[in-house]
Amino acid sequence: MNGTLQYTDFFNEVRDVLYSRSCDVMNRQRAEALETFMRVGFPTRKNERYKYTDVLQAFAPDYGIALSPLDGNLPQYCYRIGDAPIDVAQYYNCIADREDAVVCLNTMLCVDTVLVYIPRNKCPDHPIQIGNILKGDRDTMVNRRLLIVLEEGARADIIITDHAVNDCSFLTNQVIEAFVGDNSCLNLYEIEETHLLCTRYSNVYIHEGRDARVRHTSLSLFNGNTRNSCTVRLAGEGAEVSLNGCVIADKMQRVDNNTRIEHLVPHCTSNELYKYVLDDNAVGAFAGLVYVKEGAQKTSSAMTNANLCATRSAHMYTQPMLEIYADDVKCSHGSTVGQLGDEALFYMRQRGISLEEARLLMKAAFITEVIDMIPLEPLRDRLHFQVDKRLRGELSKCEGCKLCK
Amino acid sequence: MLEIRNLHACINGKEILKGVNLTVRDGEIHAVMGTNGAGKSTLSNIIVGNPVYEVTEGSVLFNGVDILELKPEERANMGIFMSFQQPVEIPGVSMTNFMRAAVNARYKAMGRDLLSAGDFLKLMREKRKIVELDTKLTSRSVNEGFSGGEKKRNEIFQMAMLEPVFCILDETDSGLDVDALRIVAEGFNKLRRPETSAIVITHYQRLLDYLKPDVVSVLIDGRIVKSGDAGLAEIIERRGFDWIKEEAGL
Repeated sequence: MNGTLQYTDFFNEVRDVLYSRSCDVMNRQRAEALETFMRVGFPTRKNERYKYTDVLQAFAPDYGIALSPLDGNLPQYCYRIGDAPIDVAQYYNCIADREDAVVCLNTMLCVDTVLVYIPRNKCPDHPIQIGNILKGDRDTMVNRRLLIVLEEGARADIIITDHAVNDCSFLTNQVIEAFVGDNSCLNLYEIEETHLLCTRYSNVYIHEGRDARVRHTSLSLFNGNTRNSCTVRLAGEGAEVSLNGCVIADKMQRVDNNTRIEHLVPHCTSNELYKYVLDDNAVGAFAGLVYVKEGAQKTSSAMTNANLCATRSAHMYTQPMLEIYADDVKCSHGSTVGQLGDEALFYMRQRGISLEEARLLMKAAFITEVIDMIPLEPLRDRLHFQVDKRLRGELSKCEGCKLCK
Repeated sequence: MLEIRNLHACINGKEILKGVNLTVRDGEIHAVMGTNGAGKSTLSNIIVGNPVYEVTEGSVLFNGVDILELKPEERANMGIFMSFQQPVEIPGVSMTNFMRAAVNARYKAMGRDLLSAGDFLKLMREKRKIVELDTKLTSRSVNEGFSGGEKKRNEIFQMAMLEPVFCILDETDSGLDVDALRIVAEGFNKLRRPETSAIVITHYQRLLDYLKPDVVSVLIDGRIVKSGDAGLAEIIERRGFDWIKEEAGL
């Protein structure tokens, strides 16, 4: 299969190292993942969920592949998967899409997994932040994995940040599986601030039980080429999910967000808002599907994708989709692509505000809606500050980086 | 203060101004009246540099400087202010952030020290009172959800914040009820310093009763065809424009 050979060869080369450094739960999944990976190959644009991204191109370069286990201290409720206090076999690789070659590659090559496990009715004192810092002296691929288990009545705020500290090319392939138990509550934030030579593939899978509440917020503030997907299964009555995202992209940056929300039972609610501000030659894509299974009555769902193209050379692809097999539901979906209003710009300039500043105010105003929805106040304030800096071109991507000045 | 010479201008290829000559002296209130479509709004938009209009001939001197090549924000920072006929709504941009950016730009241009956040909010409170603008409105997005009258008050509020030396009131009285008109006009008079000049565009005598223009000019079909003192506005109020057209041979 196209492009897969370098990875299967590598896998065979390092097989012993992998198995010895990793734990049983993970090792048990590798053979099947390898088999599927070889069988299906990298997805092409004919694959609906990869329609706007060239996967092959992203995975073609010859990266060094990181095989080191986790280091650093883990906060309360966080474990290396090998030290898990629960039986993780019933969770690991159970809701990830096993037919997706990118996920399979992660399952094959990932050495370690962070487990966030919040027992019944518990809530950490502080939000949990997991910082991913990319550094290396050569181009590197990183396969990383996160498993989140919230038992009944638990709650957690988890913030995942991506940074790159030097100007090598990095390819990150991330898989997150989150099991959100009955009446539990998860706020999951992903913030990317990397650089132009970083490629990020992220596949997030969330499974919600009865009356569970999940808010997933994805923020692409600075990147190279990013493809995020998020799949949510509302499997217990009364479950709610909010998927929100904001993207700021300029230069040659690309961000592709792909979401799928499955309403499997009645009385579930989903809300989705993704906003993009694209400048220069940036390319954005959003494809969101809300699937309502037969019998999932009284589903309530709203999806909005709003985009601002500040230049004529910025491109946005948007595809909001509904698939409904129940007859008593309320579902809406919509998307817009617009430009900065000339009248508003002139109005501000007449008040002495420079064209640049006026554009900035309008872009920030556009994106603010997503940030304002974040319930965690210190994070919200921080992000307002970061967005402003980003739009002013002052966000330092990485110390000493010569590339994205 | 302002000298317009032989100004020709068009929009979308259609000629609107056909050689306007107009002088506004320091401290002068200059009313410009005229029929619908005569070019009054075009004239004011050209003075402030709206890129939609194209100047084909002539010059506009502001205190001796030809401003036609300057950007709108550069003109604004010289102290030129226009109260818009239709103020624009800018969703998401708060009045405070908007005003902060504008005041900072103006103060910078005047060589003044920038205001601290506290002093700035104090200034907002003070100036708001002049036009009796509701507190609620200054905490919203620019002009969003404002009524017609509130938008016009908001224009004069912005004028109070920016302390311009030359103002254009483009039909600031349209859509205002009698009380709001009085508040806006009295607000303008309060803010006006002896050297402040203004062009006041209006269809109605009532605003001029408050503002007491020194000169009234009549713009018809892209040209100034008649000028006079405040008495001219009263005659127009009674007799309309037809007799002026006849006089001018139009």
